[in-house]
Amino acid sequence: MATQAPTGETETASIGERFKALPDRVVYLGGLAVFLLVSLVIVWIWGSDIGFGVDFQRSLADGVDEAIFWTTRNLDFIFDNISTGVLWFLLRVESAFKWVPWPVMIVGVTLLGLRLAGQRMAIFSAVTLLGVGLIGLWGSAMETLALIVVAVTISIGIAVPVGIVIARNDTLDALLRPILDAMQTMPSFVYLVPAVMFFGIGNVPAVFATVIYAVPPAIRLTSLGIRQVSPNIVEAARSFGTTPRQLLWKVQIPMAVPTIMAGINQTTMMALAMVVIASLVGAGGLGEDVNRALGRLEPGKALFGGIGIVVLAIIIDRLTQSAAKERQQALTGGH
Amino acid sequence: MTTDLASTETAEADQSARAKVSVRGLWKVFGSNVPAELTPELVEESKSDLRERFGLVVGLRDVSFDVQASETFVVMGLSGSGKSTLVRTLLRLIEPTFGSIEVDGEDIVRLDDAQLTHYRQNKTAMVFQHFGLLPHRNVLENAAWGLEVKGVDKEERLERARAALEVVGLKGWEQSRPNTLSGGMQQRVGLARAMAVEPEVLLMDEPFSGLDPLIRRDMQNELIRLQQQERRTIIFITHDLNEALKLGDHIIIMRDGAVVQYGTSEDILSHPADPYVEEFVRDVRKSSVVTLRTLMQPLAANLSDDMTPKRAMDALSAQGEVAGFVTDRLKMYVGAVSFSSLAEANQRGDANIKKAFVDDVPALSEDMSVSAALPMTRRFTGALPLVDGAGGLAGQLRPAAVVEMMERESAEEAEETESTMTVGADA
Repeated sequence: MATQAPTGETETASIGERFKALPDRVVYLGGLAVFLLVSLVIVWIWGSDIGFGVDFQRSLADGVDEAIFWTTRNLDFIFDNISTGVLWFLLRVESAFKWVPWPVMIVGVTLLGLRLAGQRMAIFSAVTLLGVGLIGLWGSAMETLALIVVAVTISIGIAVPVGIVIARNDTLDALLRPILDAMQTMPSFVYLVPAVMFFGIGNVPAVFATVIYAVPPAIRLTSLGIRQVSPNIVEAARSFGTTPRQLLWKVQIPMAVPTIMAGINQTTMMALAMVVIASLVGAGGLGEDVNRALGRLEPGKALFGGIGIVVLAIIIDRLTQSAAKERQQALTGGH
Repeated sequence: MTTDLASTETAEADQSARAKVSVRGLWKVFGSNVPAELTPELVEESKSDLRERFGLVVGLRDVSFDVQASETFVVMGLSGSGKSTLVRTLLRLIEPTFGSIEVDGEDIVRLDDAQLTHYRQNKTAMVFQHFGLLPHRNVLENAAWGLEVKGVDKEERLERARAALEVVGLKGWEQSRPNTLSGGMQQRVGLARAMAVEPEVLLMDEPFSGLDPLIRRDMQNELIRLQQQERRTIIFITHDLNEALKLGDHIIIMRDGAVVQYGTSEDILSHPADPYVEEFVRDVRKSSVVTLRTLMQPLAANLSDDMTPKRAMDALSAQGEVAGFVTDRLKMYVGAVSFSSLAEANQRGDANIKKAFVDDVPALSEDMSVSAALPMTRRFTGALPLVDGAGGLAGQLRPAAVVEMMERESAEEAEETESTMTVGADA
């Protein structure tokens, strides 16, 4: 047996190769014909609804439900603390934004736009922000801005350390990659329910859901930024006896900053995309305006709420992108 | 130079005891299945067999050499010869598979992480072909990097970095970003960064290869100047034989991860170890590197300054010579005599030949290159004296030999040009 095994292997390999060598047309058309034939035979004998015989969904779903109920009951002190903390933070930020008189805010954003992205951006910011105020959405816009700022801050707090860790550990990177993909593609309604169960109704589950949706790009780009630091530079730094910690703080992180900022930009955009969905679990602001208008069949109000979100998105996007670009230019010496 | 030459002839053990860097049996084998110890297969199989049959790629193959303190030691080879791997193993940027690397008697291969960091911070510094400067820091902060990593406080490290930048001619560029500088200037920053830590061993991995030829020559001359001021132990990697010959006190030539030849510039030019080295040497103007020592002949007659003129004349005529060179009791060269000047002294009745010297015979250093000696030897037909570094009489030189060598070389060059032209015409 042992002596025959290799010859057997080579034969299968050659069959595989022969199959691969067939022209595509023959393979795909032939395959289609076989599938049709087999289907016809099965449907002819057993009919078109043959079923799977068993259904595990109920028991599996029950298990997940049980786990979440258990967590809610037994770990509520954790969620209460998180909830209190996030809420405190959110209220501070919100009241700060609402405290600043709107003319000061508009002038401030306009000047920032002028400094980072030029004249056109400054004019755009001034006009659109004034417009948001004139259609009576200033308060909602500030609430939404506060929600975004808090969600993005928490995301950065999670993403940068996690990104650094997976940049330096290939195993963790491989483990986390599918999880990040799932976080980004999973329909957000799916985790709104447990979010409400953990944190109740209001801004906190909204922040939680927003963070889950928005954090992956910041993690990915932090890791990418650190990984793409030129190996030549890392090698040169190491040759002088640079310790791993010095390498991280003095070489890799400073050089990854533009990429990390691009990640933050994406995270912010994704957080904005969650605004309306977050309002389903009780978040205030522009999302709530749109949601309410939807319920009352007021397409005009929904449109204005939407425009408010678009204005915020464009301004935040351009400002963070320009900041990242400026930093990148500082690194590459203006090329 | 003479002491270096002598040291190559002494016993190996004695030599490694004094060597600054001593590499023994160094191997680097890449692959997923590297044996834990040196197996007979590794030693016996060829590089391509090891790759095909065992999936092993041999980067370094039993490399041994010694680098003496204060010398410029050049590792020369084409790409893929293992020279860059070699220099990286000296810092353990690449871990060697087998062998030892002793620096001041301490085996680098055995150091733990903390000791390795200490070694890299204090003993060595490296200059890279690709510069490896930090783009987010200005030139001054880049030059201070080695000191910063070492924990030298800010004021002192910037001061020392500033001094190092001045040495390499970058005063006034401290605040610039590296990316705004030309390649040559960036490499000066790399050099300053390495010099600022005052390393005992300076490693240079093809530092000038990426630069255009004029800048490269400037940088080579700069390095020679710096070496004359303050002699460091330098291990210099290059693929350019001319550069190797210009800079190296000793040179090793590598091929397929192994050392093909070890020697001085002259050894390599005059006795290439194999056809591979010969191929390199062909493109080099030998006369600018080969010294008069290779053309030296033994003295025709041994004359000392306490001889009587009569005896000196006898000694010359016994060899059929018309001129001779005279040493004192310490075998130092004191002057040249001719048959006629000796005859005059004899007529004067001098007790010895001290007053019989002729003035117009120059003494040449045996370390002078053949091409440099040409203008001085041209007007002589008779033999000229060669002296060693200490002033002792080493031998004599037939001026015709210099001219012959130069002529042979230009004939070879002409032939080569012709053959390349023919190839060009075919294509």
